Amino acid sequence: MAQIIIDTANHIAGYAAKAARVKVVAAYPITPQTTIVEKIAEFVESGEMDAEYIRVESEHSAMAACIGAAAAGVRTFTATSAHGLALMHEALHWASGARLPIVMAVVNRAMGAPWSIWPDLSDSLSQRDTGWIQFYCADNQEVFDTIIQAYRLCEDERVFLPAMVCLEGFILSHTYMPVKIHDQEEIDAFLPPYKSGWILDVNNPFSHANLVSPEWYMEFRYMIQEAMENAKRLMPEIDKEYGRRFGFQYGGLIDKYRCEDADLIICTMGTMGCEAKVAVDNLRREGLKVGAARIRVYRPFPVEEVRKLALNARIIATIDRHTSFGMEGFLASEIKASLYHMEDRPLLAGLGGRDVTFKTIEEIAKKSLKWMKMGRVEKETVWVDLRE
Amino acid sequence: MKIIVTIKEFPKEEYLLKGHATCAGCGPSIALRLLFKALGNKVILVVPACCTTVIQGPYPYTSFAVPLQNMLFEATGATCSGIVAALKVRGLEDITVVGWAGDGGTVDIGIQALSGAAERETNFIYVCYDNEAYGNTGLQRSGATPYGAWTTTTPTGKKERKKNMPLIMAAHKIPYVATACPSYPVDFVNKLRKAKEIRGTKYIHVLAPCPTGWRYDTSKTVEIGRLAVQTGMWALYEIEYGKFRLNPPSDRLIDKSKRKPVKEYLAMQERFRHLTDADIEKIQRWVDEDWEYYQKLASNECV
Repeated sequence: MAQIIIDTANHIAGYAAKAARVKVVAAYPITPQTTIVEKIAEFVESGEMDAEYIRVESEHSAMAACIGAAAAGVRTFTATSAHGLALMHEALHWASGARLPIVMAVVNRAMGAPWSIWPDLSDSLSQRDTGWIQFYCADNQEVFDTIIQAYRLCEDERVFLPAMVCLEGFILSHTYMPVKIHDQEEIDAFLPPYKSGWILDVNNPFSHANLVSPEWYMEFRYMIQEAMENAKRLMPEIDKEYGRRFGFQYGGLIDKYRCEDADLIICTMGTMGCEAKVAVDNLRREGLKVGAARIRVYRPFPVEEVRKLALNARIIATIDRHTSFGMEGFLASEIKASLYHMEDRPLLAGLGGRDVTFKTIEEIAKKSLKWMKMGRVEKETVWVDLRE
Repeated sequence: MKIIVTIKEFPKEEYLLKGHATCAGCGPSIALRLLFKALGNKVILVVPACCTTVIQGPYPYTSFAVPLQNMLFEATGATCSGIVAALKVRGLEDITVVGWAGDGGTVDIGIQALSGAAERETNFIYVCYDNEAYGNTGLQRSGATPYGAWTTTTPTGKKERKKNMPLIMAAHKIPYVATACPSYPVDFVNKLRKAKEIRGTKYIHVLAPCPTGWRYDTSKTVEIGRLAVQTGMWALYEIEYGKFRLNPPSDRLIDKSKRKPVKEYLAMQERFRHLTDADIEKIQRWVDEDWEYYQKLASNECV
């Protein structure tokens, strides 16, 4: 039976792993992810969750153990943050190259040096090109629902790729919210038993991931690109079906809010999307035509949907909680790249800040609207609230 | 378990098939063939970056009749933990999971994942085939390269001693640690068969002569391996539930007079040809000291 509980997003991620009937968990502690693996340890040791729990000695080994377990035929889960994710980097490529549908919760945390345990998105965005599907969540309910949806998507034979479900440290990880944990039988009906494209089988021995000459390597890469395109096509359908079954859906790839007639669209990722909605309501009350679009699936990037959004908009303001040093935030770059072939494309301003509240977003919106009226952006990238 | 006495008792089945891509005279490939003979084909093999990456043959071919997961250089131990866990979930615990890695992938970059897997008491066999250098990348020094040996990154000879990995693994208190050499196939096969019967982490360190890296004639691989043992440069032993035992013929070599001088072993390999008499004396002294230690281990004076 479904139940509503009040808990942190980290614990909710543990509930989701249990509800997905994950069979092998391999994990290593790191702040602010730790309470996910603590919760799962409780579930496994109390017998509530029927899974093997491998307490590995590093995140690199966590991913390696997930790769081994997924290759040997079971559903796997892990979770990490920041430096742990960076340590996994090599194994992330291996997991996607091996086409193993592993799902991992990433609790976003800024990278050192200097040490920081607070959130930005640079840890997971640095893993942009590893061949992993990337989801960014805005609240605890979405964390639960996205983990379930991610398994369904990743284990689709047209996809067979791993996925990161990202949630911002502390803002979600340690914040209590009411969350509906759906009925287990209904989750089972939505998410069939584990499926992968291949398996280590003594009755059908083959050598997996052995040396491939350039003659074939490009085809393997192309198949990953195709799988990403398939994921982009399938995800909105999966989200809709999920909505029909459970009453929660998130716009598929982009969570759009009052965008239809908006002159200005504020593009965000993660929890900033919630603040943006508050800002939009406030600005609308002032008569300003503003909408918000939260990029929920960052890989595959929803290029076509971004173009559709841009058709009627006069300016897009992207807010990045991340920067690519020497350039700009990825969200700004990728939205620009998506719009390049549009004949009548809107202006674009890239902005980023520290604690981006709805008030900050309102200021960003007003500055953007001023530039829209001027017909040009004064500064392509603005570091909002930066101390001089 | 029935102890095998002669190679005539080995199974006829071959799971290392024709067409594999080793160098002529490759010691590791002899060890691999013996491994399959000992364990059969209900085996899942995990292979990190090492010579075996090439030995198996390129996509879409394989020369192994067992399923093989190629894996990242440093991740063999952890990958085996994952496979073992999944097989347990699926009720397939009669399948033997084997990590098969070179010396670099074991004593250097892979030591953390191996140590973790051992500490977690992962039920698997880990075999390090030790050719005392990074062979696949063109013979660079590893932590297992012996003192004085030429490699491409120690052009005037290595200045440090070989890391003693079997005893490091023994310090993990795992149920079974053994050393082996393909020149003594019956010993190696029996050790693998024993390891298969024991639950927990089993570690076997195989000295596997490499004509390409050690610079000797490709017909001499078995002879070089024998000399390694006969000179005491390499000792055949096993540590079963903490009990140390030297195996034949090493068990007869505690008496120094029974051991051949290390010079005989060193002189056969060009990688040692620049050694001075003083170097050789030093190596001889270290080997003698090792044997004093083995004697203490064998008489349970220390562990």
